[in-house]
Parts: sequence; structure tokens; C-alpha cells
Amino acid sequence: MDPVAYVMVAVVLFAIGSVGVLISRNIIILFMSVELALNAANLVIMAFAKAHGVTDGHVIVFFMLTVAAAEAAVGLAMIITLFRNRGTINIDRFSLLKW
Amino acid sequence: MNYSELLAIDFRLIGPELALAIATCVIMLIASRRWARMAAPLLALAGLAVSGALALTQLATPATGFADMVTNDGFGTIFKLISVAVAIVTVFLGYRYFVVKQLDKPEYYALLLIATLGMMVMANSSNLIVILIGLEIMSVPLYALAGFNRRSLESNESGIKYFLIGAFATGFTLMGIAFLFGATASTDLRDIVNQFNAYRANAEAYLLLGTALTLVGFAFKIAAVPFHSWVPDVYQGAPTPVTAFFSVGPKAAAFAALIRIFDFGLGEIPGIEVAFGILAILTMTVGNVLAIRQDNIKRMLAYSSIAHAGYILVALAAGGQPAISAAVFYLIAYAVFNLGAFAVLTVLETRSGKRSDYREFAGLSKGHPYLAVALALFMFALSGFPPTVGFFGKYYIFSAVVNEGISANNGFLIALAIIGVLNSFISVYYYLRVVKTSYFDTTDGAYDRAQVSPAVTFVVALMAVGTLGLGIFPEQLLSLTRSAVFVFL
Repeated sequence: MDPVAYVMVAVVLFAIGSVGVLISRNIIILFMSVELALNAANLVIMAFAKAHGVTDGHVIVFFMLTVAAAEAAVGLAMIITLFRNRGTINIDRFSLLKW
Repeated sequence: MNYSELLAIDFRLIGPELALAIATCVIMLIASRRWARMAAPLLALAGLAVSGALALTQLATPATGFADMVTNDGFGTIFKLISVAVAIVTVFLGYRYFVVKQLDKPEYYALLLIATLGMMVMANSSNLIVILIGLEIMSVPLYALAGFNRRSLESNESGIKYFLIGAFATGFTLMGIAFLFGATASTDLRDIVNQFNAYRANAEAYLLLGTALTLVGFAFKIAAVPFHSWVPDVYQGAPTPVTAFFSVGPKAAAFAALIRIFDFGLGEIPGIEVAFGILAILTMTVGNVLAIRQDNIKRMLAYSSIAHAGYILVALAAGGQPAISAAVFYLIAYAVFNLGAFAVLTVLETRSGKRSDYREFAGLSKGHPYLAVALALFMFALSGFPPTVGFFGKYYIFSAVVNEGISANNGFLIALAIIGVLNSFISVYYYLRVVKTSYFDTTDGAYDRAQVSPAVTFVVALMAVGTLGLGIFPEQLLSLTRSAVFVFL
């Protein structure tokens, strides 16, 4: 199997995620962009695992999904706290500390 | 791996990590009890002490296990000991601060222990995926710790900024590891080293791309310029003892992983030395120049931690055993005097409404003469005056880099060392401004004295003794780091 096509798709997804992180103003959308970038990396790992014919990649992806879930749990909890205290999740409003 | 291999697993290899995991579980189980506020710090200290003792026994017996996922070599074990020591100091340093700010929840200690566990996992593996999982075990509790003061808007903001940048950086690291996996069909650094030339001939593009992306991900974690913009905000907003922990613990662990990946695993990649050199120049210069114009000492120390990461990157650019052992020496030295400086800040911030601006330090020498002396000592160490350990840290790094440059006939390395020395001259200005403020500036009214708890006194005294003691006898520590770096499994 040639992984190039899959890698191309993943690179495009990663680029969309990165651009999303840089330009979006809403923290939820920002977080979704980060997740998109992470999953693009998972796609690359899967494509290469298939190409090399090793199962290591499948295991890695499971671990990374778990890690991403833990990260999302902490991150969303913090977003909720922020919304309770400030009433907004627009990133432009968070300038108490000089960015 | 078959069944008999599974039975033969030696759990002593992860003894220190298990001790921390068990202590964390116990703290979380008792967290709802009323007496947990008293018990949690004691339990945390007990867990850390057991973990440190187990790590000490590993120092003598390097070994690998868990299907080569765990590498207990001297290098990793030294970082285990650093992690434990930093966490113990943080517990002492923060106790009174958290009581005064009504934040003394058992969860704080649980999060601290998990972060320490992650640092250990990260430093103790030659497998890229285990390193990444260790990085995440470390980072996720750190996001929560940065935002630990839920009622403070600044702490909220610090946590969310750290979280978003950290998760984004993880994306880069994972993408990099994915491409390295694509180029080599393995995530084990020893495999990559052994068959480097074959891999390079087959898939050089993937290898280079993977290296670059991994480097970007780690550059975020060690706060190298241009990936540093989160550092001052996160350091300023987080509770001060947590900032103290951030500035030394996770940084040391990230450097451990960086050294293992780039100086051991991927050292043969063309151009890696120049990439590290440019990162080092940018990091030192930008960190020092921006530190000058800060009005808040926590922010100043944040930029200073960026600059210090730059000095260590100089050593990493040179590579080789003398430079790397100097880098490890510097990480230990920096931990000692930076924790000391943050301990003084923590005491002064227990006064109400204080946030560590320079002007709050006016009159310190009258109000707290001993703290003022200690703070001055730590500032002299940060700027690298003899006979503090800060001087020897810088001296070992720059001399190792110059020697490497001369023997390899590499002018770039010598230029790096010169830029590093010039930078440490710049840094003298803003460190001594703290000393000047605390000794020569006067307050308008009476000095607002803080209550100094015995725990913090202990930390300040210990760090002051360490700063001077290691400055007078630096050879002992250096020989320890040399022997540690020599044993890469």
C-alpha cells in the first residue's frame, strides 16, 4: 500500500487545524482545531502502520485517543470555569495578562 | 511477548513511578474527608520520599524492561531524582501560600504527584511514544495546576492559555513522531540509531519532516523563542508555588527528552546542530532583552527562564559528552537557585493584594533582612557571579562548547559561546535591579511584613546553602552528571 495519498489528506487536515488555531476567536472552535490537528497525526500513523505492515501504529493510535480524551476533559472543565467567571469564551477578552 | 515473558516483568524497574501512583490514589480516596487537608501534604511527602529512595537504588543498576519501553539508565535516573527533589521542595514551599489563599485542597497534591510521575516516565524511556505519553501525563495536570485558583480570573486565563498552547504543541510532536515512525517503522530510538543510514537512504524526506515537527513541539515545551509567547502569561497568572514548579521541573524533564531524542537518537540528521544553534541564539537574546522591561518580578523570572533555556540549548547544539553533562549540571543548578528565588516571592505574596511587582520589594532589607540577603544571593547566582553555582553552570557549558568548537574546527560553536557570554552580561542588569530595589529603595509608609512559615524558611535556607555549597564544591556534582550521561542504554 502506498501511504502518500493518506499522508497528503492528513497534512491538509493538519494545516486546516493549525490555521484554525491561529485565526479563530472562540475557544471551543480553537479547541476543535487542535483536536483536528491531533487526529491528522493519528491518520498519518495509521497509514504508515498499514504501509509497513506492523501493528504498532494501531496501538499508538489507541493510546493517543485516550490521551486526547483526558486532555479534553481537563480543557473543557477549564473552559466552563472561565465561562462562569467571565460570561464569555471569546479569546480577545482574555487580556488581563499581556498576551 | 508471550505469557512467560509477561510473568517475568520486573516491576522494580518502575518502582518510583508506582510509589507516586499509589500515593496519588490514596490522596484522591481520602480527599473528601475533613482531615484530608492536613493529611494530603504528609502523604504526598511520604510518596515522594519512597519514590526518591527507590530511584536512588536504581542509580547503581541500570536496566531495561517492559519490552524495552522502560530504560532505567543513569541519565534517566538522575532526572527521576531531580523530579522528586523539585516536587518535595514545591510541597514545602507552597504549603503556607495555599493555606493563606484558601486553596489548600488535597487535589493540588494529587495533581503535583501525577505531574512528577509524568516527568519520570518521560525521562526514562527510549521509545518515542512512551516519551510522548509521559509528556502528556505531565502536561494535563499542569494545565489544571495553572488554573488551580478557580476564583482568580488571572489564574483561569493562565490555565486556558497553557492548555491551548500545550495541546497544540502536542499535535506537532505527535505529527513529528508519526513521520519518524513512517520513515523507520519503529518508535524505538535505539532502532533508529542503529539503522540510521538505511532509513536515511530510503525515506530522508519523512525523516527530516518528522525531526523538524518534533523539534517544534518540544521547543514549545521548553519555551524556546519563537515558541515562547505563552510563558510570561502562564507564569504570572498561575499560583506562585506552581510557577516555581513549572520553571524547573517540567523544563528539566522536557530537556531530558530533548537530549535523548536529538543528541542520542537523531544526532546524525544534517543541520540539526545549526537548528539548535539558531534556536539558542534567539532564545537567549529575546529572553534577556524582554526581561529588562518587565515591572513584575514573576514576569521577569519567566523571561529569565526563557534565557536560561537558551544557555542550555547552546550546550545541546554542541552535543558530545562534556557539553551534555554541563547541560545536566546547569539544569540542577538552575533548579536550586530558581526555586530559592521563587520561595522568597511566595513568602512576600502571602501578604494580601500583592502580586510581586518590583515596587513591592522596596524596603525588603529592613522588613526581612534574611530574606533580602537570600534573594540577593539567588539573583547573583541567576546572573552567574562566582562563587555561586550559577557561575560554574555557565562556565562548564561555555568551556565545553568552546572546546568542542576548537576540536571540531567549528567557528559557529565558538560564536555561540561568545553570544552566550554577552547575553549573561545583559542579564546582570535586571537581576541586580531586584537587589537594588530591595536594598536601596524606600517605602512611603511602614513596611508590610509577611509571616514567614518554618517550611519556607527551610526551603530558602536549603537553597541558599545549595547555591553556595555547590558553588564551592562544583566538581562533585559535575562528576555525578558526567557518570550519568556516560551511561546511555
